[in-house]
Amino acid sequence: MISEYLNIIFFDSLKILALLMPVLIAVALIVWVDRRVWGLVQLRKGPNVVGPFGLLQTAADALKYIFKEIIIPAGANKVIFVLAPVVTMSLALLAWAVIPFGENLYVTNINVGILYLFAVSSLGVYGIIMAGWASNSKYPFLGALRSAAQMVSYEVSIGFIIVTVLLCVGSLNLVDIVVAQKKIWFAIPLFPMFVIFFISALAETNRPPFDLPEAEAELVSGYQTEYSGMMYALFWLGEYANILLMCALGSILFLGGWLPPLDISPFNLIPSPIWLILKILLLFFVFALVKAIVPRYRYDQLMRLGWKVFLPISLLWVILTSSVLFYFNLLPN
Amino acid sequence: MLAHAIIFYFFSFVVIASSVMVISSKNTVHAVFFLILDFVSVACLFIMLGAEFLGMITLIVYVGAVAVLFLFVVMMININFSELKTGFLDYLPFGMLIGVVIFIELVMMISAWKYKAEFIVTKKIAKPLVSNTESLGMIIYTDYILFFQISGLILLVAMIGAIVLTFRRKDSLRRQDITTQVSRERDESVELRDVPNFKGVKIND
Repeated sequence: MISEYLNIIFFDSLKILALLMPVLIAVALIVWVDRRVWGLVQLRKGPNVVGPFGLLQTAADALKYIFKEIIIPAGANKVIFVLAPVVTMSLALLAWAVIPFGENLYVTNINVGILYLFAVSSLGVYGIIMAGWASNSKYPFLGALRSAAQMVSYEVSIGFIIVTVLLCVGSLNLVDIVVAQKKIWFAIPLFPMFVIFFISALAETNRPPFDLPEAEAELVSGYQTEYSGMMYALFWLGEYANILLMCALGSILFLGGWLPPLDISPFNLIPSPIWLILKILLLFFVFALVKAIVPRYRYDQLMRLGWKVFLPISLLWVILTSSVLFYFNLLPN
Repeated sequence: MLAHAIIFYFFSFVVIASSVMVISSKNTVHAVFFLILDFVSVACLFIMLGAEFLGMITLIVYVGAVAVLFLFVVMMININFSELKTGFLDYLPFGMLIGVVIFIELVMMISAWKYKAEFIVTKKIAKPLVSNTESLGMIIYTDYILFFQISGLILLVAMIGAIVLTFRRKDSLRRQDITTQVSRERDESVELRDVPNFKGVKIND
């Protein structure tokens, strides 16, 4: 009995490690990709000194952060102040548990996978609110308030977008969602939803042009102002892990997850995880481009976009999708 | 089933302990954080019962949205707790009354529960034929469609009420009108004028 439990615990831990180590390495590399793309768009070279092509730049930065002193402000609420980056980072990693890299390649396959992802990403706001409040200082607090309002607003439209996809699938299981796209990727029939999902994902992860929570021109650095050393690095890594997660969610919902673009010989010989990684990279490349070429939104415009543009359009699209599916008798099951 | 029991008692302990902390912690923000911990553990208990849909919805709705707004309000207003505690003895009998009523309700509900015997015997949660998202959908949109729609209407009325109560139209406020901004043409906003030296032009606006 006990040995059985130990077995389960041992193999599950191995699985989790086998997932998390690549994710963490990918986060480090993606930071480098982001800075390189940003540099190239602005006709700079970007980080190219440390290691081959500057690939080890993130490792060098991480080392620098580790050796820096962690400063906790005297007026801060110490427990919550320390907990905030931990919450951000662990939530960002927690969500990867349900991402399927192949038909049978996942840590866990639960029936409500997409709801789990949605729940974990909606919890992400707590790291920021906790940081903002516990810092006991004006700029972090304002940044945290902005970010909380922003994330809650854009979650609503992401929820409706997920509903449209689920209407076409008939299941909340992530593997089923990908398998349902064998005929056609949902990015094609649901193209407007794909665009809105992408923009909402930018807002949800506080990426430019929606990076108002840390707008350096107005709020110094928002909720991160009082953080230093490794705690700052945790926020930073958590943010990128979240971005990667949103790219993964986008490729699972709209770009057919691990499926090859065409089910013919040269494409379907490539193993499934590679396809998913390629799609994540493609989405991330667009994320990085947007950061480099779009100026920051004003806060009221951001709220207007979320509530007055995206919410009605996605709501309308839910009704439209369900009517079309019902009328042509295409509803799954 | 040992592991199941251990995990169940762990989450139950967290639920009860954090509920106690919600009402006893001195700092209101800490109280809200304990409330969030409470919600999360309740969601875990739901999942252990096999009600994974309910658990996830608890996480999304209560933790992801309601508690965030709660935290918002509590952080913004500065509540002086020692002032609130002065009336503690005055409210004690009333609070006790509510406590007793809720306790009686709980006892009645548990003792009258049809499946009580079954609940204790069941050591293992039976694997259902359809996933519980599916079965919930089957019930809500067929047998209970009226109640579902009515509760939706109540929520809609509450939402409109909240908007009406807090909405104030300020005429002094200059709002951005994006359509007029975007539809502005060049010739209605820019004009080329020859300016004679030492005379200037009169701009009529």
